[in-house]
Amino acid sequence: MGMLEAILLTIATAATPLLIAAMGELVVERSGVLNLGVEGMMVMGAVTAFAVAFTSGSPWLGLIAAVVVGALFSLLFGFLTLTLVTNQVATGLALTLLGLGLSGMIGEGFVGLPGVKMTPIYIPVLSELPLVGRLIFGQDPIFYISLLLVVAVSWFLFRTRAGLTLRSVGDNHNSAHALGIHVIAIRYAAVMFGGACAGLAGAYLSLVYVPQWVEGMTAGRGWIALALVVFASWRPLRVVAGAYLFGAVTIGQLHAQALGFGIPSQLLSSLPYLATILVLVLISRNRRLTMVNTPASLGRPFVPDR
Amino acid sequence: MKRIILALAASAAILLPGAASAQDKTKACWVYVGPIGDYGYSYQHHQGLLAVQKEFGDKVETSYLENVPEGADAERAIERLARSGCDIIFATSFGFMDATNAVAGRFPDIKFEHATGFKRDHPNVATYNSKFHEGRYVQGVIAGKLSKAGVAGYIASFPIPEVVMGINSFMLGAQSVNPDFKVKVVWANTWFDAAKEADAAKALIDQGVDIITQHTDSTGPMQVASERGIKAFGQATDMIQFGPQTQLTSIVDDWAPYYIERVKAVIDGTWQQQDVWGGMKEGHVVMAPYTNMPDDVKALAEETAAKIKSGEFNPFTGPIKKQDGSEWLKDGEVAEDGVLLGLNFYVAGVDDQLPQ
Repeated sequence: MGMLEAILLTIATAATPLLIAAMGELVVERSGVLNLGVEGMMVMGAVTAFAVAFTSGSPWLGLIAAVVVGALFSLLFGFLTLTLVTNQVATGLALTLLGLGLSGMIGEGFVGLPGVKMTPIYIPVLSELPLVGRLIFGQDPIFYISLLLVVAVSWFLFRTRAGLTLRSVGDNHNSAHALGIHVIAIRYAAVMFGGACAGLAGAYLSLVYVPQWVEGMTAGRGWIALALVVFASWRPLRVVAGAYLFGAVTIGQLHAQALGFGIPSQLLSSLPYLATILVLVLISRNRRLTMVNTPASLGRPFVPDR
Repeated sequence: MKRIILALAASAAILLPGAASAQDKTKACWVYVGPIGDYGYSYQHHQGLLAVQKEFGDKVETSYLENVPEGADAERAIERLARSGCDIIFATSFGFMDATNAVAGRFPDIKFEHATGFKRDHPNVATYNSKFHEGRYVQGVIAGKLSKAGVAGYIASFPIPEVVMGINSFMLGAQSVNPDFKVKVVWANTWFDAAKEADAAKALIDQGVDIITQHTDSTGPMQVASERGIKAFGQATDMIQFGPQTQLTSIVDDWAPYYIERVKAVIDGTWQQQDVWGGMKEGHVVMAPYTNMPDDVKALAEETAAKIKSGEFNPFTGPIKKQDGSEWLKDGEVAEDGVLLGLNFYVAGVDDQLPQ
C-alpha cells in the first residue's frame, strides 16, 4: 500500500463520522428544528455500539443498537421541544450534557477493554487496484452506508414530494399547517432520523475508528458536524465537501508535522477549521441562494392554534 | 450526573453553614482534566483517590470533579470544591496552576496540592510531580535497540516543559545505544482524543517509523500500532490489553503512595508546604512488564531502570548538546531540577521544530 493510498484511506476514516452526523442534522434543520444535541446523541451511539458489540461479539448488532438508541435518545429532545415547546437551543445543549454524562455511567464497566472491530468488505480483484482499490472497494461497511446516506438524503429532499413537504415545514410552519400538513409529526420523524444518524456516527467511532470505549470519545465531533451543516448552507453535497476537506486538512497537517516542515503546530492544528470555514463560505457566497436554502423557521417553536 | 450531585451538595453546604465543619471526617477532593474513564492520566489519579479511600475507610470522605477544562472554568470548579468543605484539594493538571493559586488565596485554611506545576503563591499550596522522563529514557533505550528503521514516532500533546523533557529523555536513551537514532514528533494539541491520536499514529507509521510512543492519554495509538503490526509504548497506565503483541512497556503513574501520605498529613495536622518531584526511586514511576522484546533488550532495559532507581544514573547527564549543536551539559554534569522544569529546547537529533 503506497503512502498516498494510506493517506486517502485515513482521510476517509476521519471524514465519515462527521459526514454521517451532519447528514442527519441537515434533515433535522431542513424541517425547521435546531438540535444542538448531536454530540450527546453521538456519544450515546458510541457507548451503545461498543457495549452491544462487546457483549454479543457482533459489531453489526452493535451498529443496529446504536442507531436505535440514537433515535430513542433524540425522541427525548423531540418530546420536550415539539410537544412541550421548550427552547430548542437550551434543550439541545442539555441533551449533549446528558448524553456525555449518561454514556460515561453506562460505559464505566467497559473502560480499558479492547473492542470488536468491524471488518472491511473486500471486493475481490477490484480492491487490488492501485491507489483507489482499497479506498473505493475495500472499506468498512459504514463508509458505504455514509455514501448511500448522501444519495438518499439528496434524492429525498429535492426529488420527492415527501422531501418537499419536509422543506416546506422548515420554511414556514404556519403555512404548512394551514395546508393541512402535520408539522409536529414530520418534525418528530426528522428529529429521530437525525438521532439515528448521530448514533451511527458514534458507532463508527467505537467500532471502526478506534475500537474501544473511553468517556467523551467523540471529542467535539458532534459540534463540528453541526457547524458543517450551517457553513454548507444546508446543501448535502456541500456537507460532503466540507467533511472531506476537514478530514483531509486534519490528516494533512499531521503529515506535515511528521515531515518536519517547521510550521508551528498550533497553527497547523487550527488549519482544518480555518480551511473548511473559508472554503464553505466561499462556495456559499451567493447571498440570495443561501437565503433560499436557509430553513426560515429554523429554531422557531411551533404551536398549532387549533 | 456526578457534577450535578456535587453542585447540589455544594449549594447545600452553603445553605447550611456549619454542616460541613460539624463532621470530624477529613474530606479530600480531586480535580481531573479528563474523564476518570480515560484509561490514562486521569484514570491513574482516580486510582490514587480509590487507594486513599481504601486506606482510611470511614475516616476520610472523598469527592472529585472530572472533565474540568483548563482555563477560566477551572477556578470555578476548584472554588466549588473549596466551598463544599474539602480539607485538601488535589488539582491534577498543569493548566490548573493559576486557578489553584487564586482559590488558595481565598481559602487559607484549606490545603491545595497542584500536580506538575511550579507556582506556590500561598503557604497552603504544595506542588508535586513525577519524573516520568526517567521512564522515557528506558523506553528510548528499548526503541534504540529494537527499531530497524532507526526512527521512532512521538505523539506529543502540548509544548510544555514536562512534554519537552520527555522527548529529550527518550532521545537521549535511544542515542545511548544508537547514536544515529531519529525521532519524528507530531503535536496532537490535545491531551485526550482517541481518534485524533490514532490519526497521528497512522501518519507517523505511513512515514516509516516502526515504534510509536505517546505523551497523550488514550489507547488509540496502541490500537493502530497493533493493527499495523509495529511496536508501541503505553502511557500512564498498563495498556497491554490493547496490544498484547504490541506493547513493549508502559510508564505507569502510581500516585497512590503520595496521596495516602499527604491525606495522612492533613489528618495528623502535620501538613506542610512542599515541592515533591518523585521518580522511580520513590515508587511514583513504575514500569509495566517488559514484553514483546528479545531477552538481551529486556535485560538492558531492566539494568537501565535499576540504575536510575538506585540514583546511580540520571538521564540528563552530560555531555549533551542542544538541537542547534551548542553545548548544554559538560561531561559528567547533571542538569538541575529547576532547568528541567522550565525546559524549552530540544537536545541534538530531534527531528522537529519546537513550537514556542
